[in-house]
Amino acid sequence: MQILVCVKQVPDTEAKVVVAEDGRSISERDITFIMNPYDEYAVEAAVRIKEASSSEVTVALVTVGPPRADDALRLGLAMGADSAMRVWDEALENVDGGAVAGVLSVVAQRVGFDLVLCGRIAIDDAMGEVPLRLASRLGLPHANAVTELTVADGSVRARCEIEGGTQVVELGLPALVTTQKGLNEPRYPAIPAIMKARRMPIELLSLESLGMDPDGVRAVTRTHVDGLTVPPGRGAGRVIAADSPEEAARELARLLRDEAKVL
Amino acid sequence: MGGIFVFCETRNGSFRRVPGELLTQFRSVADAKGEPLGALVVGEPVADEVPQLSQWGADAVVHLDGPQLSDAGPEAIAAVLAAYVRDAAPSLLVFGNTPLARTVAPRVAEAVGAAFVGDCVAMAWEDGRLQLVRPMYGGKLLSRVLPAPEALAVVTFRPNALGFADARATSPTYEVVAAAVADDEPRSAVLETAVKSGDRVSLQEAEVIVSGGRGLGDAQGFSVIEELADAFGGAVGASRVAVDSGWISVDHQVGQTGKAVSPNLYVACGISGAIQHFAGMGSSRVIVAINKDPDCPMCEKADYTLVGDLYKLAPALAAELRRMSAEG
Repeated sequence: MQILVCVKQVPDTEAKVVVAEDGRSISERDITFIMNPYDEYAVEAAVRIKEASSSEVTVALVTVGPPRADDALRLGLAMGADSAMRVWDEALENVDGGAVAGVLSVVAQRVGFDLVLCGRIAIDDAMGEVPLRLASRLGLPHANAVTELTVADGSVRARCEIEGGTQVVELGLPALVTTQKGLNEPRYPAIPAIMKARRMPIELLSLESLGMDPDGVRAVTRTHVDGLTVPPGRGAGRVIAADSPEEAARELARLLRDEAKVL
Repeated sequence: MGGIFVFCETRNGSFRRVPGELLTQFRSVADAKGEPLGALVVGEPVADEVPQLSQWGADAVVHLDGPQLSDAGPEAIAAVLAAYVRDAAPSLLVFGNTPLARTVAPRVAEAVGAAFVGDCVAMAWEDGRLQLVRPMYGGKLLSRVLPAPEALAVVTFRPNALGFADARATSPTYEVVAAAVADDEPRSAVLETAVKSGDRVSLQEAEVIVSGGRGLGDAQGFSVIEELADAFGGAVGASRVAVDSGWISVDHQVGQTGKAVSPNLYVACGISGAIQHFAGMGSSRVIVAINKDPDCPMCEKADYTLVGDLYKLAPALAAELRRMSAEG
């Protein structure tokens, strides 16, 4: 079985993001990049399927990103993936999720797959668009935001998050699954695995090598980010002083009703 | 053709609030564009379907009579919507950003070659173009996004972010469209659905959320949070620490790696206010912090802060709310 895991490199959640001079992107200075945390669940899930299987399972990683994204791929290799590919081309700067899904679908068809795993969302743009576009493009059934996953006898059984609860679904392979927090605890690779991953090759793919026309890929982008701004700060609030919890509660309830008008 | 269509999601036999927000808010955009405002319902009929959608200002109600939402996979719902969109050729398809929309809307966008913009919190119609605002980097920045004017756009909005606009009642047309899913569409099979009992509102649509964090100390602490949430008629949220400690399930987590919410009132109990938590609730209209540390980041950002023992303050507040509600 061949598992393809799509990963993305994103700024660390602790990162202080600053708008770049172009007003449309962020300054990368002083930013630490990490593998998108939801993609770590996907890599971990793939490696666990491989480890638990008696037949041969290969785990291939793919990302669309600039050279720094190799670090995310190397983490995935250290976690136990077998191979890694990075697609990059100048034409991919500032394209939207529709274009990225188009590129990933060409890679997927080229390398072959039984199961595609993706994090349910990337924490940078939080759009949650690429995996489901990819599923649609590849004609695959999908399970979104899964917290349990088993693969057996040519099908996937997954527990997905739905409104107010969960749903267990079954998908025949090939299929695409997006991973949610709670699915697993991603491993911290040991030093020897990290050293080994450093020496593993990362296959670099250009749009040309995928037989894709850069202008065509750019044209698939149907959204334009017009500008990034810092949201307005919240004004200083009020500390409610009182002699007893009952008095404090009474005063807060009054303020919520009469001043904030939220009751 | 053209038209702005709002996907009207139902829950327990009635419409959710968010399609009401979207219909009333997009009324003025439809008028400015000179296009009809449509309400799109999929699956099981709703009791007072047309009257409710008339109150929200829809010009047309289209009921896609096909897969029941409760037991159809997302592929089937997306296929039914995509088939209708291809046929009716609207300019805009709008969803509330609910778990259902998250698993359906991008798939629809891809199937019909549309732009997709998810989790928007504001919109404007300016210079003949739709301008959308959405948080990025966990709410640290706001991004202004313009869908290409010539293409269909599929857009989702965070519940409670737009609120309701005043709407004039309309006399919508009503059409039932038979919607079949082709045999060759990929599909997943639903084996089991487990919905938590209780009438508590969904976290993302709740007008009031009471959340607990590290300061609770243990899982039992959530009984105090639930009591206060019930007194407000609200939902229960949690910080990452509370979830990772196993005190409450992950579907309650608010924050950058949990849910993004925009309630009218967010009550943070024993939550210090890490930047990742704030990323998920910073757009709440009013924030109350209940914390023993008046210098914690949450207290600095809150509109109102109660300083002290949350095990005394939260029950006192719940009792006061019950007293107020009993007095009417």
